[in-house]
Amino acid sequence: METLWFIIVAVMLTAYVVLDGFDLGAGVIYLFVARSDTERRMVLRSIGPVWDGNEVWLLAAGGTLYFAFPQLYASSFSGFYLPLMMVLWLLMLRAIGIEFRTHIDDPVWQGFFDVVFCVSSALLAIFFGAALGNVVRGVPLGPDGYFFEPLWTNFRVGPHPGILDWYTVMAGVVALVTLTAHGALYVAIKTEGDLSQRSRRIAVMVWPLQLLLTCVSLLATYYIQPQVMNNYKAHSVGLLVPVVVLGSLAVMIWAATKSKEKLAFAASSLYIAAMLVGAAFALYPVLLPASTDLSYSLTIYNSAAGHHGLAVGIVWWILGMLLALGYFLFIYRMFRGKVRLEGQGY
Amino acid sequence: MESALLVHRLHFAFTVIFHYLFPQLTMGLAPLIVVLKTLGLRRNDERYNQAARFWARIFGINFVLGVVTGIPMEFQFGTNWSHFSRFAGGVIGQTLAMEGMFAFFLESAFLGLFLYGEKRLSPKAHWWSAVAVFLGSWLSGFFIIATDAWMQHPVGYVRAADGSAQLSSFWALVLNPWAWWQYAHNMSGAGITGAFVMASVGAFYLLGRKHLEHGRIFVKVGVVAGCVFSIVQLFPTGDRQGKMVALNQPVTLAAMEALFTGQPGAPLVLIGQPNVTERKIDNPVLVPKMLSFLTYRRWGAHVHGLDEFPQELWPGTIPLLYYSYHIMVGLGTIFIAIMVVAVFLLWRGKLFDARWMLWVLLLSLPFPYIANTAGWMTAELGRQPWLVYGLMLTADGYSKTVSAGNGLFTLLGFMGMYTALSILFLFLVRREIEHGPAAETVAH
Repeated sequence: METLWFIIVAVMLTAYVVLDGFDLGAGVIYLFVARSDTERRMVLRSIGPVWDGNEVWLLAAGGTLYFAFPQLYASSFSGFYLPLMMVLWLLMLRAIGIEFRTHIDDPVWQGFFDVVFCVSSALLAIFFGAALGNVVRGVPLGPDGYFFEPLWTNFRVGPHPGILDWYTVMAGVVALVTLTAHGALYVAIKTEGDLSQRSRRIAVMVWPLQLLLTCVSLLATYYIQPQVMNNYKAHSVGLLVPVVVLGSLAVMIWAATKSKEKLAFAASSLYIAAMLVGAAFALYPVLLPASTDLSYSLTIYNSAAGHHGLAVGIVWWILGMLLALGYFLFIYRMFRGKVRLEGQGY
Repeated sequence: MESALLVHRLHFAFTVIFHYLFPQLTMGLAPLIVVLKTLGLRRNDERYNQAARFWARIFGINFVLGVVTGIPMEFQFGTNWSHFSRFAGGVIGQTLAMEGMFAFFLESAFLGLFLYGEKRLSPKAHWWSAVAVFLGSWLSGFFIIATDAWMQHPVGYVRAADGSAQLSSFWALVLNPWAWWQYAHNMSGAGITGAFVMASVGAFYLLGRKHLEHGRIFVKVGVVAGCVFSIVQLFPTGDRQGKMVALNQPVTLAAMEALFTGQPGAPLVLIGQPNVTERKIDNPVLVPKMLSFLTYRRWGAHVHGLDEFPQELWPGTIPLLYYSYHIMVGLGTIFIAIMVVAVFLLWRGKLFDARWMLWVLLLSLPFPYIANTAGWMTAELGRQPWLVYGLMLTADGYSKTVSAGNGLFTLLGFMGMYTALSILFLFLVRREIEHGPAAETVAH
C-alpha cells in the first residue's frame, strides 16, 4: 500500500514537472525569443489556457503527498521553510505576470509584467531543481523527524548543509537548462514563423549544455550519495533509466534539428520523466534521507498515514484521476493547433 | 513578537483572512453568472450574455487572486503547523487531497474554457462550462469546510500508537453533521457577498445614469439573490450552526455571548463591552430571556456560563470573539432588512427610481466581506484554545523548528506582497467597472 502511494505521488510530481515545466520554460525564453508585442502575446496565448491547469498538478500532488505521507509533509515543509515561502511569492508574481499583463495596453505596464514573468519563471525552475537536489542529497533530520535548513551554510555537502550548496545549485542549473529546452520546444510547436524557428534554435543551442550537465549531475549524485546505486544493483531493470535518459536526449537533438518539434518535445518530456523516475527509483523506500544519521531518514513506512485511510484513498483517487484526465483531454483538444492572434480566444 | 506561537497564529490568520476575501466572491458570483447565462439562453437576450461576460471578467481577476493566495494556505499546514499536520494529516489529508483531485482540476480546466472559449463553443456548451466552474468552486468550498469541521468536531478517527489521529470512517468524515450546516451557512454567506457586489455595481451605474439596462439587470438579480441568501443565512443555517455550537462547544457559546454566569432564562446581549477581569458586560443593552429561547426554544432554559468551565479552557480572546460574533449577527440582520425592502420596491416597480435605496445598495458593498470575515473569526477564535477540539491544543500544533524570527520574516513578506496585490486588484476591477458591461472581452 505504501509503495503504491509512493508511485502515485512520484507520478503526479512527474506529471507536474512535465506539464508546468513547459510553461515555466516558455517563461524563461520569453524575453529572448519574443521580441515584439505581437510575439509576446503569441507566447502567452500558447500557455494561457493551460498553465493554470498545469499548476493545479502541483496542488494536487501536494495534497496527495499530505494525505499519503503526512509525516514527510510536516517535516519537509517546515524544514524547507524559507525556500518554500519564496517559491510561493514567485508563483504569485508569475501568475499575476501572465494574467494581468494583457489587461492594460500600455508599454510600461506590459514591460514590467514581461520581466516579472520571465524572471519568476527562471527562478522557479532553479528552485525546483535545487529542491530535488536537497531531497536526493539528504537533510539534517533529527531523531524526532524534524529539521530546519538555513538557506546556505558553507556551500559544501556535509552533515549540516544549507538549502544551497554546490550540489543543489548544480541541480538548479540542470533544471533551468532542461526546462528552457522543454519550453522552447513547446513554443516552437504552438507558434509559426520566426518565433517558432527562434524557439527551436534555442532548444538546439542549449542541448550540448544539457547533455554535459546531465552526465555531470549523475556522476555528482553518485559521488555524494553512493547508496543511490543500491537499488540499481539489486534490480538491474533500473539500468534502463540512464539508457532512456541518454536515448531521449539523442532523439531530442535529432528531431529538433530536423524541425520535428512534436517528436522533440515528446523526447524532452520523456527525458524529464526518466530523470525523475531515476531519482525516485534510487531513493525508494526512502522519502527524505538524513544527512546526519541514515537511521533518521524518513521512509514510506515511518511517514505514511494509517492503512484504512490509504485504502479508502485509492478509490477516490482513481475516480478523481479519471475525471481529471477526461477534462485535460477535452481542453487540449479544444485548444489544439497553432495559436494565432486574430479573433477571439486562443 | 518573541513568541513563535503568536507569530505562527498571526501568520495563518493574516494570510487566510486575506485569502478568503476572494473565494467568497468567486463562490458567490459563480451561481449568479449561471443565472445570467440561463436567462440569456432562455430569453435569447444578448444583454444577459453581456452581463454574464462582464461578471466573468471580474470573476477572472478575482479568481487569480484567490488561487495565488490559496496556495500558501495548503503550504502552511506543513510549513507553519507541522506538528498539527503530523497529528491530523492521516484524517484531514483525505479532504485536502480530494479538493485537489475533484475541485481544482474541474475548476481550472473549465475556467479557461469559460473565460476564453465562448466563440469556440456552442451557447449550450458554454453554459455547461459556467456550470462546471460553479460546481468546482462549490466543491472546493465543501472540502475545506469538511476539513475545518473535523477540527471543530472530530469524528471518524482512531488514535494510532504514536498518538496521531488516523481515519477510521470515511463516511463519518464527509457526513460530519457539523460540516453540512457550516457548509450551508458559509455558502449562503458567499452568496450574500456575490449578490451585494452585483447589486452595488448595478446601483453605481443607475446612480451615475450610465449602462442603464445592464445596471437594472445587476440590481434585479443582485437583490433577489441577496434576499434569498440573507434569509437562509439566518434561518435555518445560522440557527442550526448556533445549536451545534451550544451542544458541542458550550464554553464557546458562553464566550461568544459573553455570558459569564450560567443561568436559567439567560438574556441576550445586543450591545455592550465584555469586561473579562470583572466578569461582566459594561453598558449592556439586553433582551431578557432571549438567549435561552434562541438556544433551546424555551424561555426558562439554563444556558451554561463561563463560570461553569475551568478558565484554561476558555477561548483565549473573549472580547475579540464576542465582537466578531456580534458584528456578524448584527450585519446579517441589517442585510435582511436592506434586501427585503429592496425586493419590495422591485416588486412595486419603484426600485430603479428610489435613489436613496440605490445609495444604500452602493454603500453596502464592504459589509458582506466584513460579516463573512467576522463569521470565520467567530468559528476559529471560538475553537481556541484547541486546534483540534478536545484533542490538540493550538500551542502544541505549530512548527517548533521554525523560529519566531523566521516566521516574522515571511509574515512581513506576505504583508508586503498582499499590499501590492490589493492595489493591483482594486485598480483592475475599477477599470472593468469603468469600461462597463458592453466592452469587448480582453483576451491574451
